Amino acid sequence: MSTTSGTDVDPFADQDMVDHAVTGDVDPTGHKKRSTGATVSRALGTKAGMIIVTVLAVLWTIPTFGVFISSFRPEADVKGSGWWTFFSDPDVTLDNYRAVLSSGAGNDDLWKYLQNSFIITVPAVMLSVGLALLAAYALSWIEFRGREWMFVAIVALLMVPLQMALVPILQLFSGGAHIGTVTIFPDLDLTGTYLGVWIAHTIFGMPFCVFILKNFVGALPRDIIEAAKIDGAGHMTIFFRLIVPLSVPAIASLTIFQFMWIWNDYLIALIYAGQDKAPITRQLATLTGTRGQSWHLLTAAGMVAMVVPIAVFFALQRYFVRGLLAGAVKG
Amino acid sequence: MGEFIRALITVLIAFAALGALLGSLYWLSGRLPKQWQEGARYWVFMLPATVAVVIGLLVPALRTIYLSFRNDSGNSFVGIDNYQTIFSNTGTRLTVFNSMAWVIVGTAFTVVVGLAVARFADNVRGEKAFKTAIFLPGAISLVGAGVTWLFVYAGPPFDNGLLNAITGAIPGLPADMGGNGDRLWVLERGFGGFDPPDSAPGFNTFLLIVIFIWTQAGFATVIFSAALKGVPDDLIEAAKVDGATDRQVFYKVMLPYIQTTVITVATTITFAGLKAFDIVAATTGGRFGTSTIANEFYVTTFVQGRGGLGSALAVLLFALVIPIIYLNRRAQKRAEEMVGA
Repeated sequence: MSTTSGTDVDPFADQDMVDHAVTGDVDPTGHKKRSTGATVSRALGTKAGMIIVTVLAVLWTIPTFGVFISSFRPEADVKGSGWWTFFSDPDVTLDNYRAVLSSGAGNDDLWKYLQNSFIITVPAVMLSVGLALLAAYALSWIEFRGREWMFVAIVALLMVPLQMALVPILQLFSGGAHIGTVTIFPDLDLTGTYLGVWIAHTIFGMPFCVFILKNFVGALPRDIIEAAKIDGAGHMTIFFRLIVPLSVPAIASLTIFQFMWIWNDYLIALIYAGQDKAPITRQLATLTGTRGQSWHLLTAAGMVAMVVPIAVFFALQRYFVRGLLAGAVKG
Repeated sequence: MGEFIRALITVLIAFAALGALLGSLYWLSGRLPKQWQEGARYWVFMLPATVAVVIGLLVPALRTIYLSFRNDSGNSFVGIDNYQTIFSNTGTRLTVFNSMAWVIVGTAFTVVVGLAVARFADNVRGEKAFKTAIFLPGAISLVGAGVTWLFVYAGPPFDNGLLNAITGAIPGLPADMGGNGDRLWVLERGFGGFDPPDSAPGFNTFLLIVIFIWTQAGFATVIFSAALKGVPDDLIEAAKVDGATDRQVFYKVMLPYIQTTVITVATTITFAGLKAFDIVAATTGGRFGTSTIANEFYVTTFVQGRGGLGSALAVLLFALVIPIIYLNRRAQKRAEEMVGA
């Protein structure tokens, strides 16, 4: 899709670029810099610029920091005064976390929803990435008339907002499809099941995953694959012995990207998962509605919901950023 | 734990079944006459993805278009009534204007913040810390972002909102701008004596857009940084030798060089703004005049059960994507011609 290729960036081409996209200086076009050394001052920072960036960074940090501090304050403090008074009057408690994490009457049992998030996310990521990789191989390396056209068609579906497909898929899940009395798609009763949520995520993630993986798999060196063919390797062998290992960098960043996207999803879970299979995002949204008055619990619940994506982000930042650079568009 | 084990068993069965199906189809393809084998194998590899996009996206999208021309229970044809309802009803017309505000204001500010951070934080001490601070909100869920900002916008009966604390501390600020420190920020549409008409975005909508900008700016920063670092040194050097100031180097050399990237990022954020649902749902639920097309789609379809009108809203969302794609392509083309010249 033109909107993505416009960056002129092939993030997979240069490992360094990914390592330094956030931190260091690198040329994303892959060209070697024409002048060497630090002769040219690329820093355009003035004092005013430094102030602007500092102010923005502080502004960007404060909301999360406030919730973080609040989550350790007692109920009365959270409701009665701003989190900044914590510094003049520190009073620390873990009660909020205890309340949202423990099960039993009146508690939120967020462990259950964290577990649901894992159960939803991990298989959905494996399915979407795995099946897209199969397609990426066929689109790149199996001779077939019209495969280019099929790739364009799949990528074009990136433009379709998922709202366009939500209701018909739900109808398919809960009643199948029929023309007159003829059943053309069976009623699989998938609403409110994990399987239904996995399938929904796989469907909605498919154009993006195929787009990313086809670009990578299609750019693998032809010689290697031709050599394997000459040695008598079939498509299955080439796929599992060559394509999968060679595509690990692309698979890794796409996996992280899909993980974050599915973990943070709210709409799909809201429609296809039942309340008892709801992920943490949906439970958090429920809490804001039913517990608008329980600010102290909302702080801890908010932190619990944030901890996994933030941990993933810090641990796997470079892969995540690479995923971002590879596909600036997500359907 | 029982839930976990059950889910694991489902996964194993589902994956095994899928593997067995594809494996046996592949084996069968080898039994076909030679000239059909390659084509059959292509389809074995393509089967899951094709089924997903055809049965999961293409056919449902066509069906939604079909449903948008039918009544709410789907049993009779009503022509363009649903579309007329969207634009004649003040409430739904407001959601269209709100979505435009999300797209225009949200995208503009996100791009400006992203460019500012990319420009001023590059090659300075603490670059990584600055960028991480800007990027972190992009890693958490939009629901989480909404909840986080509820603590900024909180008002009476609670005395814990950050924004109220700030505006309350500014001497002489009028009460309807938060001067008393007791404003209900996301509930009140008016601001500073200005009351927006019923079908125009209220001030509170812009407060929700702030949350959106907060979540998207990191993405813009990362992409812009990478692009700015790709501007060749000799271009910058030449400009500086010619006596250009830092400001001129940025606006006259670097920004034109990366303009296709700017267009790409703007398009991506436009799509995200158009589909704004999570933030609205988690903060106001679309009440107080803050609903967007995507939120209205959800409420209409799944809360009110109005299938026809809901489908029309979904189609409208898709229809709004098309001019954006068109503008994007035109801008890309123009940018390429300029760089080529």
